[in-house]
Amino acid sequence: MYGRRSRFLTFMLGAGLAFLYVPMIMLVIYSFNYSKIVPVWGGWSLRWYESLFKSEDVWNAVVLSLKIAVVNATFATLLGTLAGLAMVRFGKFRGRTLFGGMLVAPLVMPEVITGLSLLVLFITLKKLIGWPEDRGFTTITIAHITFSLAYVAVIIQSRLTGMGETLEEAALDLGAKPFRVLTDITLPRLAPGMVAGWLLAFTLSLDDLVIASFVTGPGANTLPILIFSRIRLGLRPDINALATIIILVVATGVAIAAFIMYRQQKQFQRDMQIAFQEEK
Amino acid sequence: MTGDPASSDTPWLDQGAEPLIKIRGVTKKFGDFTAVNNVDLDIFQGELFCLLGGSGCGKSTLLRMLSGFETTSTGTISIDGIDMSNVPPYERPTNMMFQSYALFPHMTVEKNVAFGLKQDKIPAAQVAERVDDILKLVELQDYHKRKPHQLSGGQKQRVALARALVKQPKVLLLDEPLAALDKKLREQTQFELMNIQEKVGITFIVVTHDQEEAMTLSSRIAVMDEGEFVQIGTPTEIYEFPETRFVAGFIGSANMFEGRVVEDGPDHVRVMTDLGEIYIDHGQSVREGNRVWVAIRPEKIHLSKEPPTEPGPNQAIGMVDDIGYLGNTSIYKIKLENDRIIDVTAPNQIRPKTRTHRITWEEKVYLHWDASSAVLLNK
Ligand SMILES: Nc1ncnc2c1ncn2[C@@H]1O[C@H](COP(=O)(O)OP(=O)(O)O)[C@@H](O)[C@H]1O
Ligand SMILES: [Mg+2]
Repeated sequence: MYGRRSRFLTFMLGAGLAFLYVPMIMLVIYSFNYSKIVPVWGGWSLRWYESLFKSEDVWNAVVLSLKIAVVNATFATLLGTLAGLAMVRFGKFRGRTLFGGMLVAPLVMPEVITGLSLLVLFITLKKLIGWPEDRGFTTITIAHITFSLAYVAVIIQSRLTGMGETLEEAALDLGAKPFRVLTDITLPRLAPGMVAGWLLAFTLSLDDLVIASFVTGPGANTLPILIFSRIRLGLRPDINALATIIILVVATGVAIAAFIMYRQQKQFQRDMQIAFQEEK
Repeated sequence: MTGDPASSDTPWLDQGAEPLIKIRGVTKKFGDFTAVNNVDLDIFQGELFCLLGGSGCGKSTLLRMLSGFETTSTGTISIDGIDMSNVPPYERPTNMMFQSYALFPHMTVEKNVAFGLKQDKIPAAQVAERVDDILKLVELQDYHKRKPHQLSGGQKQRVALARALVKQPKVLLLDEPLAALDKKLREQTQFELMNIQEKVGITFIVVTHDQEEAMTLSSRIAVMDEGEFVQIGTPTEIYEFPETRFVAGFIGSANMFEGRVVEDGPDHVRVMTDLGEIYIDHGQSVREGNRVWVAIRPEKIHLSKEPPTEPGPNQAIGMVDDIGYLGNTSIYKIKLENDRIIDVTAPNQIRPKTRTHRITWEEKVYLHWDASSAVLLNK
């Protein structure tokens, strides 16, 4: 039953994978298409890559998106970690339940609502105190931090809960004051969770179209905003080239991460094996 | 603190000795649930004291109150004359060896052990020296640079011990220190633990649910049940003179009989039970006519195929119902005339030629025991 794969299952697997990856493959192929009209094949060419690298708009959008993503990820990780610590390690405090609820609210809030309400806030603020003067980098970054910090907080909370408190107790017992326990034990153990949180916040920010569209101003186009606005005027081969580059970068990143993790795990298993054999 | 050498082996008998740890009326409640109920205890410098009891009886909770991780609901704990109520864990003169060892996974063995010393701002050279010394003591001198996941269970256990010992605390608290080891290693490690305790001279409080471990290790044992101490004493006292049915049944095994006191003499008691009349030559004050419980250990009852020369107390007749061969001893299930079955253990006497037991199934046997063998129980 289980040993031989049935034809039906093999077919379904193939169909599923094709559904996921054929569109991307097509996109990559069309990015090398000489023809200006996307579905018409005009022979191989790199001309769209060339025009892409010459396009200042695209470069500005890439740089803006990366800047926002990095600043957002850094602040979201910082604040999300603090919030997670407060939820899990500070025991009971007044308003803990309310705080916990409000912390995860952005996860379930529709993006249009988040975007709209933030836009209203920025406009009101400008009227009251004259800040933010222009909408753009600052407002998008603030907006991204507000929702990505919720994701980071959830990751940190679950990791803290899973870790238990025994190691912290051991450190306290050995004479470390609470702040030392935080810096020497809790944070190092939390580091993988913080890295995961940072990467997630980074990706969420790069990915976001809806919220950024609400809170951006004239001239400040993130990459998703730029792509979307160009596509609205029809499929364009230079966007295919841009998408191909993004796919390449992401795939390389994932492959490197997987390789590093695989090596670490192998090493860990080898170490444990050695320790186990020594005992005999 | 050390006291004079003559009394240092049994400081709890010395009226003048000042205990290192004083636990007075300590209770711990989690909501409505009472985990530790109004316990009093004195522990003296240099003791290897065991808290023994089944799982969930509050042993770890008591240990955690000593280390400062739990506050007491009522009562006080003082160590070396200082009330611990408002002293946080990181300022207490105690160190703990955790049941799960709680080694810091991101630090090497050396860093784990040095962690406590570094908190005290001790110069680096001195830290290194003390780490070396203590790792030598637990025979891990070649493992400085290993990480915890590169160690076997027994090695982790020794790192945990070294880390807790290196600060030379006044009291070392050990929560089920050997529970994670397999049986053979556990028995060997028991003796190592005793040797190390003797060498460093630090007071140990060990939590365990294993009665053999407690008997082997301890200077004294406190037997716990449902958050209370049921008996405190040396291993011998607890084994030979259990005070309650719980203790008699929990530590070793015991035949227990309910009976009525027929005579309460100045130096003896006679009780009428299922087993016949039991004569006990160490009197406890009971009243004639009272119902009491009596315990007799299986190894204190002697079996014989010949009837006794003269009738008297401390005798019974039965039939061998079953025999369990345990190697050096055998356990005999003896059915009494009233159908009650009791346990008797005896060293093995196998007849070399036929390889059979001298006393065998379905045989009629005569039982007798000494006047000092039976114990009166309070509850
Ligand atoms: N933090 C806690 N909150 C609620 N109940 C607890 C807590 N810690 C321990 N208990 C309860 O107290 C009882 C005693 O626990 P413990 O001292 O760990 O027992 P053990 O003798 O097995 O070490 C158990 O029933 C346990 O469920
Ligand atoms: Mg326990």
